[in-house]
Amino acid sequence: MKEEGDDEMVQERIEGANRLALERILNAQPTLIGIGTAGEVIPGMTKKTILHAGPPISWERMRGPLRGAVMGGLIYEGLAKDEKEAVELAASGEIVFAPCHHHDAVGPMAGVVTASMPVWIVRNMVQGNQAYCTFNEGLGKVLRYGAYGEEVIARLRWMEKVLAPVLKAALELSGPINLKNMIAQAIMMGDEGHNRNKGGTSLLIRELAPHIVAADFCNKEKIDVLQFMHGNDHFFLNLTMPACKASLEAAKGIPYSTIVYTMARNGTEFGIRVSGLGGRWFTAPAEVIDGLYFPGYSAADANPDIGDSAITETCGIGGFAMAAAPAIVQFVGGTPEDAMNYSKMMYEITEGENNAYKIPVLNFRGTATGIDIRKVVETGILPIINTGIAHKEPGVGQIGAGLVRPPMKCFEDALEAFVADLEEKGLL
Amino acid sequence: MSKISELFKKEIKVINIGLEDFAKDLEKQKVKVVHVAWRPPAGGNERMVLLLAKLRKKG
Repeated sequence: MKEEGDDEMVQERIEGANRLALERILNAQPTLIGIGTAGEVIPGMTKKTILHAGPPISWERMRGPLRGAVMGGLIYEGLAKDEKEAVELAASGEIVFAPCHHHDAVGPMAGVVTASMPVWIVRNMVQGNQAYCTFNEGLGKVLRYGAYGEEVIARLRWMEKVLAPVLKAALELSGPINLKNMIAQAIMMGDEGHNRNKGGTSLLIRELAPHIVAADFCNKEKIDVLQFMHGNDHFFLNLTMPACKASLEAAKGIPYSTIVYTMARNGTEFGIRVSGLGGRWFTAPAEVIDGLYFPGYSAADANPDIGDSAITETCGIGGFAMAAAPAIVQFVGGTPEDAMNYSKMMYEITEGENNAYKIPVLNFRGTATGIDIRKVVETGILPIINTGIAHKEPGVGQIGAGLVRPPMKCFEDALEAFVADLEEKGLL
Repeated sequence: MSKISELFKKEIKVINIGLEDFAKDLEKQKVKVVHVAWRPPAGGNERMVLLLAKLRKKG
């Protein structure tokens, strides 16, 4: 029953809830605490579970890159011996498909996680929640872009048998690594934490190298590990992502909060989740990316937007921190001035500014953090996301990178649901 | 002479609100113009304006 004074209460309740949500995001201390095997450490994971990026989706509705990654995952697990068997098994109903986000995990691009894959374990030391992410494979023909050839599977096996054990031993020697500090430093070095990770990758190597050398493995394996990390500028992305996930998860389920705690894409749909609306997804068809293409490819070859990596923008980095990373425009398109404008514009749609991720060129202003669905709908300004572009056919891989925005429908539908929820509670 | 005619005898400085093409046309004619990127709330979507107002309404 609506009571006198409730109208005033609603706006105050929303504002109080949003302050709390932002406080939890900003207070988070995401810390790398270990490396485990997905099947052993990710809650609810089984041999026949395949986690994927974005909102829930069936095999029938998956597009090329996600299908390719699922097929590769089944071959890697030994559940299928070739492409044909993998397709049959995927369509059989025997495989449980679930969003990474439903299992405290995140995955770039297709985001496929299978039981045998090694994963980083990141803990938010303030709230105690954990997030998981696989290791980054590099660019080009890789599983996360939907490639599943022999070289892709061989690399995944090497990551499981050599890379993960060596890094696990090194991490045990180094002790936990505070990722919030490392990301903050990386942003000072010209990264934005989504598509430019040179600084972060370098910092991680600097931190782990002495311990890799000290680990009890043969020199060949240790050299291979260091060269693999050195050869992949995006190695650190798979740590920024779970760091952001662990931070944002702390803001989930705060009654009356209109703050977005998830933005993710499965290659078919874009989905968001809002703190005060719990686990509900608000989805719309994924957009086509405006980007730069590798030689020989064009927009006609591109799959729509895909991946959980928009968790970085949700947490105030990535596209939101592009002013700190002007060099990124050579990879995703536009000019350094565009990069500045994107970062500045995002302050219009967020609850506040980051306390750790700061942009030197904006007088060390904290990045815009805590997307508010009310502000997005009212201003018409959509979050800016920079992202890789996958080929639309399975088996090919990455063909470019660019900029994209979520569909407005996700935010409008969330606002509808938010108001309906308050009406049901008798508050409006 | 009306005041408006007086105005056009001086150097005109324009603040343009909303549609950017008007500002660009003036720039082409070398008229000083500041463009304000304004658009109606929720892009003029009445349903969204109503929902936002519900969340803002005071008793």
